[in-house]
Amino acid sequence: MPTFLREASLKRHTVLDMLFRNLTRVSAFGVLMLLVAIIASLIVGSMPAIRAFGFGFLTSSEWDPVNDRFGALIPIVGTLVTSAIALLIAIPVSFGIAIFLTELSPRILRRPLGVAVELLAGIPSIIYGMWGLFIFAPLFADRIEPWLGAHIGTMPYIGPLFSGPPMGIGILTAGIILAIMVIPFIASVMRDVFEVVPTLLKESAYGLGATTWEVMWKVVLPYTKVGVAGGIMLGLGRALGETMAVTFVIGNSHELSKSLLMPGNSIASALANEFTEAYGGLYTSALIELGLILFFITFVVLSLARYMLFKLGQREGQAT
Amino acid sequence: MPAENTANPKIIVPEIIAPKIIIRDLSFYYGDYCALKNINLSIAEKMVTAFIGPSGCGKSTLLRTFNRMYQLYPKQKATGEILLDGENILDKKQDLNNLRAKIGMVFQKPTPFPMSIYDNIAFGVKLYESLSKNDMDERVEWALRKAALWTEAKDKLRQSGTGLSGGQQQRLCIARAIAVKPQVLLLDEPTSALDPISTAHIEKLIDELKEDFTIVIVTHNMQQAARVSDYTAYMYLGDLIEFGDTSTVFTNPKRKETEDYITGRFG
Repeated sequence: MPTFLREASLKRHTVLDMLFRNLTRVSAFGVLMLLVAIIASLIVGSMPAIRAFGFGFLTSSEWDPVNDRFGALIPIVGTLVTSAIALLIAIPVSFGIAIFLTELSPRILRRPLGVAVELLAGIPSIIYGMWGLFIFAPLFADRIEPWLGAHIGTMPYIGPLFSGPPMGIGILTAGIILAIMVIPFIASVMRDVFEVVPTLLKESAYGLGATTWEVMWKVVLPYTKVGVAGGIMLGLGRALGETMAVTFVIGNSHELSKSLLMPGNSIASALANEFTEAYGGLYTSALIELGLILFFITFVVLSLARYMLFKLGQREGQAT
Repeated sequence: MPAENTANPKIIVPEIIAPKIIIRDLSFYYGDYCALKNINLSIAEKMVTAFIGPSGCGKSTLLRTFNRMYQLYPKQKATGEILLDGENILDKKQDLNNLRAKIGMVFQKPTPFPMSIYDNIAFGVKLYESLSKNDMDERVEWALRKAALWTEAKDKLRQSGTGLSGGQQQRLCIARAIAVKPQVLLLDEPTSALDPISTAHIEKLIDELKEDFTIVIVTHNMQQAARVSDYTAYMYLGDLIEFGDTSTVFTNPKRKETEDYITGRFG
């Protein structure tokens, strides 16, 4: 090949390479820009509400569109409480599922059960909502809530959490439906990380005479804690932002109640329900500020989780 | 008086004066595949017995029957008898956790648990005994001294066991196994992942540990078997080919197959 041709092809390669490099750079920075743009538009959109209510927005439980008075306490509490209930139920159940699938299940059952768990994650959330409203909530009101009210509702301290008329829909129902929705996420991550634990490590623990429970709890779980925490965060992220299913069963009531059996509201379901009817600038702005708060909560939760894992890693590696 | 091996009449099994473990007609199956064929063997108390042989000969499989590690896997099963102090450990009624308290095991690769050095050793002890803080401290120190790791580890007991070097990790695993005060120690190629200096450490350690423990070691390394063991069993394709005291097996093997293997013509 003549020299000038080779140089031309070399130059073409350099140009293509440069183009490619810039393309990847633009893609990566594009995501960042998008993130900044979303936050910025949320902040701009919620400025009227922030100016009108200030920090009082976070602590007021008043939600009165007629008189243009808004407070976010009820949806914030609803979001946090339903997510907490969901995790409280989903973590132990997922742990059990993952232990069974990796350690105890007969080999022929592993695949079908694993696929079933993953399919559970694929069900659209609206279907969970419908099922929750039409099947689960009536059953819950008929069979379980009266029992809860009669037995736990009379206990000191936790009693008030389970008092009130059995309505089926409410904070607890939303939490349980959320738990069902996040179990497949947490369980399949747990199973995946448990599966990569070296056989020799488990055999060493069994070899000392540990039971399956002791091996899982004291060796496998510490070994996989980063992955497990990641799975839980994935579930929590889903629970915090879940809209459709929660809207169906939470009751969408702007009333603060001590009882978990009473209807409440969450940020996401308030947004979904009320945007269409939001006339007036301040109403819309208050809803956008709710969105900003949800964004902030998710961000804080994920950051805390990262920090916790970082601390955990540090503690293990140093003398105390 | 020498006893005849039932499976292979040509092999002379030496009479062991104080057998800790007696194996009778032991066969082992992975599904339908027969990995051990009618093994008869005795393990002498407070001595080192080495299993040697080419890969796939069943030596690790044999070792894993002593603490019934195979039980974790549904398709594996053993037939015959393994008597530990006269009690058949293959008996269905045998309590596994109890058995594993009596028979400790160390694996091919160091497997420190993801916790501190101290907790690594306390882990096994806590399964069987509830010791006071002082007693546990003493036990941990005792185990680390026995495993020749105390001087290196005493200032970093609270640090993660995974931060040690490979050789130290393996000694930690030995310490962890002996902390439970077992009677028998199974070593499954304990030095195969270690450098020569660490290997020398471990071999010296084995020599010291046999004062207190009955030791069974599987090794790929024939020189190692010659250096550390009192008795040697040569296995090939699931059969026990020759068993005798180590000096005889290495200097004057009775069988041609053994001679071929130890002189490096095969394997």
